[in-house]
Amino acid sequence: MIEVKDLYFTYSTGLEALKGINLTIDDGEFLAVMGQNGAGKTTLVKHFNGLLKPTKGEVLVDGVSTRDVSVAKLARNVGFVFQNPDHQLFSETVEGEIAFALKNFGFEEAVREKQVDWALNLLDLTQYRKTSPFMLSGGERKRVALASILAWDPKVIILDEPTIGQDHQQKEKLQQFILQLNAQKKTVVVVTHDVEFVAECSPRVILMSQGKILVDGIAKEILTNPKVLAQASIVPPQITQIFLELADLGLPTDVIDVHEATKILLDRLRERS
Amino acid sequence: MSVFEGFKFRKVSSVVHDLDPRIKFFFVSILFVMAILFTKLIALTVLFFIPLPFVFMAKVNRQWLRSLRGAAFLAIFIFATNFIFGYFYPTAFQEITPPVDTLVEYLVLLERAAAMTLRFVVLIASFSVFFLTTSPDHLGLALQQSHIPYEFCFAFTTAVRFVPVLADEAQTIMDAQKARGLELERGNFLKRIRNYIPILIPLIVSAIRRSLELAESMESRAWGASKKRTNLYELKLKKADYILILISVLMLILAIYVWLYVPIPSLTTLLSL
Amino acid sequence: MAVIETRDLTYTYPGATKPSIEEVSININKGDFVILTGPSGCGKTTLCRCFNGLVPHFYNGKLEGEIVVAGLNVADQQIHQLARHVGLVFQNPENQLFALSVEKDVAFGLENFAMPRDEMRKRVDWALQMAGISELSERPPHELSGGQQQRVAIASVLAMQPDIMILDEPTSFLDPVGAEKIFDVINELNKKLGITIILVEHRLDLAAKYANHVIVMDNGRVALNGSPREIFTSEKARLIGVGIPKATRLYQDLKKHGIQLKSVPVTTEETANLLREVLKHD
Repeated sequence: MIEVKDLYFTYSTGLEALKGINLTIDDGEFLAVMGQNGAGKTTLVKHFNGLLKPTKGEVLVDGVSTRDVSVAKLARNVGFVFQNPDHQLFSETVEGEIAFALKNFGFEEAVREKQVDWALNLLDLTQYRKTSPFMLSGGERKRVALASILAWDPKVIILDEPTIGQDHQQKEKLQQFILQLNAQKKTVVVVTHDVEFVAECSPRVILMSQGKILVDGIAKEILTNPKVLAQASIVPPQITQIFLELADLGLPTDVIDVHEATKILLDRLRERS
Repeated sequence: MSVFEGFKFRKVSSVVHDLDPRIKFFFVSILFVMAILFTKLIALTVLFFIPLPFVFMAKVNRQWLRSLRGAAFLAIFIFATNFIFGYFYPTAFQEITPPVDTLVEYLVLLERAAAMTLRFVVLIASFSVFFLTTSPDHLGLALQQSHIPYEFCFAFTTAVRFVPVLADEAQTIMDAQKARGLELERGNFLKRIRNYIPILIPLIVSAIRRSLELAESMESRAWGASKKRTNLYELKLKKADYILILISVLMLILAIYVWLYVPIPSLTTLLSL
Repeated sequence: MAVIETRDLTYTYPGATKPSIEEVSININKGDFVILTGPSGCGKTTLCRCFNGLVPHFYNGKLEGEIVVAGLNVADQQIHQLARHVGLVFQNPENQLFALSVEKDVAFGLENFAMPRDEMRKRVDWALQMAGISELSERPPHELSGGQQQRVAIASVLAMQPDIMILDEPTSFLDPVGAEKIFDVINELNKKLGITIILVEHRLDLAAKYANHVIVMDNGRVALNGSPREIFTSEKARLIGVGIPKATRLYQDLKKHGIQLKSVPVTTEETANLLREVLKHD
């Protein structure tokens, strides 16, 4: 469980990035942190594995303050998948890359091998086991990076803007994968500004703007509230926009899903006739 | 490192900042020549005071002092080596009859070592003022107008432009690897060096990729279209620049005259010891 | 009038075993706003680089077939000659800016053309204004946001006054607000200045409304080529895995259940209007 208590954070440049954040994330939750670039989303999640320590206030991971623990120790339970896989790939082989963290955490060789096999399989990378990660395509490198974080099976997984640069199919696969992880009782935190992606996954959503949390609720509530979204400079999903336009016809406005939209329209048409 | 702080350009509006970098460089070079010409402490002390009015006019006092502070370590080293060398090989000094045993002789040695140290400090002081008051693009422009081939000027300004970007990227890479359990502060000397491999490789790979993208962009914007490029900016000499040229030349003439005809006593002799 | 014509264009990178693009034959007309899309690795980035000569002149490799851009045969021209007619804006804004001030970057191409200073000054100011960044002219690139940087990149290409501008996933690294601003600028360039635009983009829901021509590539070949509405409603597009706008998906879903909207919508407004008609009718 992650508890954020009155968190303030100022960068060494003087930029006040977080201004009083209060948040609790229970085990097994699926949370999307949304907001414009510069709202403080990445700054916030970097406190969960200790990369950043609070200027004021506290962040507790499983009851322990992040100020008292090293990043390496926190990382054992909190995996952080960075936006750009090229910022971490350095090994000669994919399996070496995946084993890196396992070695750092002191896993024994037998366990390491098992975990590497498991991670390779999970992300469909077994054929690339002995390949150099630099030889792979962009999408494949992203999978290697993800595999290397999942390898040690952390309880919490944070993904920073995972949909950037991905094509439609890659996004769909990622969606399914994230939902799968959550189904396996992992706590998943996704930092994103992609409304359509959030609309499809429908997690708990916290909306941030200028270092503060504006709202905290479920996707359906928040993504269909144009006023609060506007404060965070976010546009509602296309389906929601359509229904907001038709609000005067008495149709519900809290629609984010295409199938739900079809059902509502069909029902309305059947009513009429 | 604080010595680098003392050389980083600051954007401030002042007469000194507006001076043509070529002229500033000319002035600083004259100071350099003068510092080489003179070996007596009194002369070098006079030289030390010459950059001061420029420091005040440019309002870079704090940064300038920081550069001197940064140079302190090396200055002490120079002082020590000069003193020790003088002690074991005193025949270099006419005022001393070996071995060095009287108080006066020690003072002569001290003065000599101090003078050499001050010469080094004068160099740092003058070049620091130069770099603190000259923006990199001004400098690049000066290089170009001094008929240095454009490729070098471009390489220089592009390198400066990317320094903050690379610094940020290095930080991100370190964060990403720390989040996989990499501990940079632990281990013996050799282990620590090895720990930097997961930082260096992504950094280098990224730099290579970046260069490729830059090259693509340059080519797409007609790099090499004309043998002689034109420039949006042009450095033109103004009144203040001519005044500085005059001051520099006068300084040089005075210095040569003094060096040739005016014997400068050492401090020790002056104090009639 | 065709401003880009290719016939059976095939290109293989040096050392590659198979071509990145195969037998690509397309026509792009002057003033078109083209969206070029397709799954990762389909060859759209390679195709873009054929348009301004980076392929084959920068990358070498084997280029077969014909490609004529702005009346020039790409294989016979040097990149800087093509640069007078074709501009290319890349995905990563950071790596397109090399100077220490915005206006110096915008002037870069003009300096390469050895344009006289006064004329350059006018062009630079004009390009900055068109991209909406006049107030940023003296700022260093490191202080700018991704969206601002990308607009500087667009201005620096625009300053060279090309007939054709190609943008390869320019909004990848930007948030929706930044992306919207970029699309607005590009749209202005297309509608006001008549510049032919080729936009490579995955997020069709954001970009589709500006386009009059869509090309979908898959595995190095052109799979679909036509108007946005045709393409988005085609079964093939769905199979290839193109991200069809949700508005269009709603149209298709309703159609499956027997409700036919009057036309194929791509934007929110269109969909709302069409639905209103259908709902009011009954």
